[in-house]
Amino acid sequence: MRDFDYEAPRSLADAVGLLSRLNGRARPLAGGTDLIDHVRTGRLTPDVLVDVKKIAELNRLEFSPAGLLLGAAVPCYRIYGDSRIATRYEALAESCRIIGGIQIQNRASVGGNLCNSGPAGDSIPSLIALEAFCLIAGAQGTREVPAHEFCIGPGKNVLQPGELLVELKFPPRPSHSGSHYRRFIPRNEMDIAVVGVAASVTLDPKSDGIVAARIALGAVGPTPLLAVDAGRLLVGRPPDAAAIDAAAKAARAIARPIDDMRGTVEFRLHVTEVLVRRVLTEAIERARRARLD
Amino acid sequence: MTAIVNKNELKQLAAEPAAQAVYKVIGTRPIRHDGVDKVTGRARYGADVQLTGLLFGATVRSPHTHARIVSIDTSQALALPGVRAVITRDDLIDPKHRVEELGEGAVDIAHLSRNVLAREKALYRGHVVAAIAADDVHIAEEAARLIRVEYEPLPPVLWVLDAMRDDSPILLPDLRTQSIAGQKGDRPTNIARHFRYEKGDVAEGFKQAKVVIERTFDTATVHQGYIEPHNATALWNADGHVTVWTSTQGAFAARDQLGGLLNLPISQIKVVPMEIGGGFGGKIAVYLEPLAAVLSKKSGRPVKLVMDRASVFEATGPTPASHIRVKIGADAEGRITAAEAWLAYEAGAFPGSPINPGCMCVFACYDVPNGRVDGYDVVVNKPRTNAYRAPGATNAAMATETVIDEICEELHLDPLEFRAKNAAREGTRRIDGPVYSRIGMAETVEAIRNSDHWQTKLEGPCRGRGVASGFWFNAGLQSSATATVSADGRVALVEGSTDIGGSRTGIAMQLAETLGIPAEDVTPTVGDTDGIGYTDVTGGSRVTYATGWAAHEAGQDIKRQLIQRAALLWDVDPSDVTYEAGCLHGPGDKRITFRELAAKLAKTGGPVIGRGTSTHNKPGGAFATHVVDVEVDPETAKVTILRYTAAQDVGTAIHPSYVEGQVQGGVVQGIGWALNEEYVYDAEGRMRNASFLDYRMPTCYDVPMIEPLLVEVPNPDHPFGVRGVGEVPIVPPPAAIANAIHQAIGVRMRQLPMSPPRVLHEILARAT
Amino acid sequence: MARKRIVSAILNGTEQEFLCAPRQTLLEVLRDVLSLTGTKEGCSNGNCGACTVLLDGRPVDSCLVLAVETEGCRVDTIEGLAIPDQLHPLQQAFLENAALQCGICTPGFLMSAKALLDGNDDPSEEEIRFALAGNLCRCTGYDKIVRAVQSAAAPTSADARQGASE
Repeated sequence: MRDFDYEAPRSLADAVGLLSRLNGRARPLAGGTDLIDHVRTGRLTPDVLVDVKKIAELNRLEFSPAGLLLGAAVPCYRIYGDSRIATRYEALAESCRIIGGIQIQNRASVGGNLCNSGPAGDSIPSLIALEAFCLIAGAQGTREVPAHEFCIGPGKNVLQPGELLVELKFPPRPSHSGSHYRRFIPRNEMDIAVVGVAASVTLDPKSDGIVAARIALGAVGPTPLLAVDAGRLLVGRPPDAAAIDAAAKAARAIARPIDDMRGTVEFRLHVTEVLVRRVLTEAIERARRARLD
Repeated sequence: MTAIVNKNELKQLAAEPAAQAVYKVIGTRPIRHDGVDKVTGRARYGADVQLTGLLFGATVRSPHTHARIVSIDTSQALALPGVRAVITRDDLIDPKHRVEELGEGAVDIAHLSRNVLAREKALYRGHVVAAIAADDVHIAEEAARLIRVEYEPLPPVLWVLDAMRDDSPILLPDLRTQSIAGQKGDRPTNIARHFRYEKGDVAEGFKQAKVVIERTFDTATVHQGYIEPHNATALWNADGHVTVWTSTQGAFAARDQLGGLLNLPISQIKVVPMEIGGGFGGKIAVYLEPLAAVLSKKSGRPVKLVMDRASVFEATGPTPASHIRVKIGADAEGRITAAEAWLAYEAGAFPGSPINPGCMCVFACYDVPNGRVDGYDVVVNKPRTNAYRAPGATNAAMATETVIDEICEELHLDPLEFRAKNAAREGTRRIDGPVYSRIGMAETVEAIRNSDHWQTKLEGPCRGRGVASGFWFNAGLQSSATATVSADGRVALVEGSTDIGGSRTGIAMQLAETLGIPAEDVTPTVGDTDGIGYTDVTGGSRVTYATGWAAHEAGQDIKRQLIQRAALLWDVDPSDVTYEAGCLHGPGDKRITFRELAAKLAKTGGPVIGRGTSTHNKPGGAFATHVVDVEVDPETAKVTILRYTAAQDVGTAIHPSYVEGQVQGGVVQGIGWALNEEYVYDAEGRMRNASFLDYRMPTCYDVPMIEPLLVEVPNPDHPFGVRGVGEVPIVPPPAAIANAIHQAIGVRMRQLPMSPPRVLHEILARAT
Repeated sequence: MARKRIVSAILNGTEQEFLCAPRQTLLEVLRDVLSLTGTKEGCSNGNCGACTVLLDGRPVDSCLVLAVETEGCRVDTIEGLAIPDQLHPLQQAFLENAALQCGICTPGFLMSAKALLDGNDDPSEEEIRFALAGNLCRCTGYDKIVRAVQSAAAPTSADARQGASE
């Protein structure tokens, strides 16, 4: 492996100071499950790795009236192991349960998954569907970016040199809501999504009609995509097969997949539609159960 | 702790009363001798070697798929502190063309030399161009980045049919086709060899057929996927003796290759086989061993090289992609009247694909009255292929066994009935010549027919059941064993076969059976090339058969010597002493146990060492018939294996647990090959999935329990009836799964792997 | 060159200090610095599980952990699984069930299986297969590995496991 130095600041201010001083020659290290491999293979050549796991803000997992605050370095196992997340932010828990194997989940963080900005990153569609905001700290202060605007290309995101993703803020879940994440992989574990779909649905407690819906797609474009029209056309409709089918077709229409070693364009387009149908069906079912509870 | 008897065990024990009655040790399930070392982390594998003054190595590999190497500048690397030696093509002798037999395959030493270190050209991405030894691995890797190689890129050829075209780029300018008759062609080509086998009158045979089905198949390059990367540590001593520690399937094969590559007498080379983390045919050819040796010569220090995983995929010896056409005719009763096959296998960068065994295996399960098989060995810009478990046979069986399924569908015949009717039997002559002795093909079909699996109806939508059969040889070749009797009545066994899957225990059990002592009283060790006689590779399903036989011979030798000792002790004629069940008997009631006599050796003439060799070359072939149930998601085309049962003629199961393990492991490799495994190349010839993540071997979450049915038709040509068992389990799975997919959703897959995008493509094509 | 660090960790129950460069992974330090070669390298990018060790009781791929990150952590490797005069019930079960062939993946499987059974003494076949999906085995087809874990988890050996850890 190429030579690099290692720092493990204990405060956010120290971390931000360090990162901005090194101006792009440093990379934040959380779980390291992508980063260490990238350094080993020479894809990334940082001079310093800044271990952010000792910083309190990046390890927070807190609920408040404002919703869920999730530190960027919180490893997957803590997320799916939290029963409140599993019942209220189902899609997030489901994403974390399938990133890598258990060895990876014990290290990898959602923040890292997002900052790696792979088009197929399993947690990103869930962040988008659940309307997460990304809190970013830099030398000039902090800023917030909605999750669906965070990634700007394969491996690229809005972080400027010296900036650090601190935490993800999820708004409180409306009552009568359900969410779900599902991906297609050829194996049953230890695989990268060929297509990933997350959806969140909120139902009207009286009429059973859809009040809100957000659908996000992974691995079918240069970044994970928010399927705006697919979600919008569901609003006001009863959650029936026709509505689901229309949304699935609308989602497919925005997919711009490529042929690669993980799947073909033909396959990805077809399976996008299939998965959107399946994911919406499950999210609606969960919202209904929430309505009846 | 109480012994655990699992479901497989009960079934297997019930099926072998005869074996139980005859043998005391064979057929039991002792804990393997090397087991404790392997569950505690103490077993020493190749990468675990630590030596005083050890240097660590790295390699420079070609980023191009096909390129002339113009120049190599090592000056910056040599200037880096901590770098002790750098080698390039100028540091390896350029040996003449000479074919070295490796037991499972053969290699031309001039080609092998160019494969371990590129000379004129880089012929595939990952081809080694230079190697470095340094104080630690990080310095070596940094030095590798400082070596400047100038390449002149050439157009690559990446598919066997493209390489066979007259206008294809040529890989090896001096290659000429060796024709059926053995003559060499007169112009440059990528076709290294053409094989042909014929029997009967093919045209007449097809005339007699009611149904004739002809189909073509493409299969992708796949890798053995052993978990342990290649490694080698070498010390070139000042006296000219070279010691190499490595994970190899054949210490002697490695030594012989090194002798040729380094131009050293083999007696000057000692290969120490370390524990080996899987091979499946891929650890017979040397890669890093000669580089470590030359780096050691240059640096004067021992050097260790360990390959990274991407290079294992890109630059070791996967098994070939292939294009196959099979045509089979059958009469109205479902009897095969004629069969024809045309197979072209990718050899990779140098000749030597397993095309010949592919040709021999393609119809080997059946009694084919009229047949013709043509095979082509073709070089392409991919790594030089190597053996992978029943090399060549799985590709061929995918074609034959799915064509048979179509014939059965046409004729409304039960696929097991068809196989039973056409099964090769004792006396059947294969198209390539040999006549079978007693074999168990028909018995494997019968075992499936009687299985709980076959007898249980498969229900549910999008589910299907498929069957397929397969054949693989069982090599004999040469093996050696020595056994030393200790004063405490135990026996130290040294044998020459590196142990990949527990074979040292199977060999020790045969010695124990011969001597009438418990398996635990034999302590087996795998010898190095100075410590045991010549032994061919662990390959060809030969180890338990041939090295077990050598151990049996060593036991017989001990028995003869002990009879002498007892005669001396009792002062009787040796011809009056018998040896039975671990006990010697003399005139009157004279009796002494093996253990008692062992304590008296020092006073009756000194140590007793038994020697045994095996050179028997009339081994018994192995047959298997498998049944699989699958469920196919009609919308995503994902195939789930619901249930799998594999019947195999195993001759005599020496250690049934490890025989079952061979079957189960081979089946799961076959499932991986069937469903997802493949080398994915881009147009420039870069492998896009050179990692375990994207190569997608099955995890334990992808497969069900695999039910092995051990059918024991003892090999009449082995003292304990042993047949090779290790390889044939990989042969039927892709075809069985293809047949099951067809039953589930009605599409016929004629490509491997049957990955979701391919299966979905067929589903969508049918719908439009 | 980045300066080397002294790291202090609790290795197989004993506090241990070692010197390492930031770029050295835990796997490299275990094998090449501490001579604990029972932890195996299969891929060095977290896809095979051969290098699995327990970090603060949880299985991780030691090839994807920097040794400097383990300051103050508990690290358990295959070398610490057995107590001096007795194999761990999982080790015994692997032997009795013939759950290994070449054995290179075995240490990693044992560590993953230990973590599973530490948290769930009666896992279903599905749970076992899910928990072990991060460990590749190419020899066995997994059948006998799953059976070995099942038998080690069986009530009779749960007692033995408790005995061994006391």
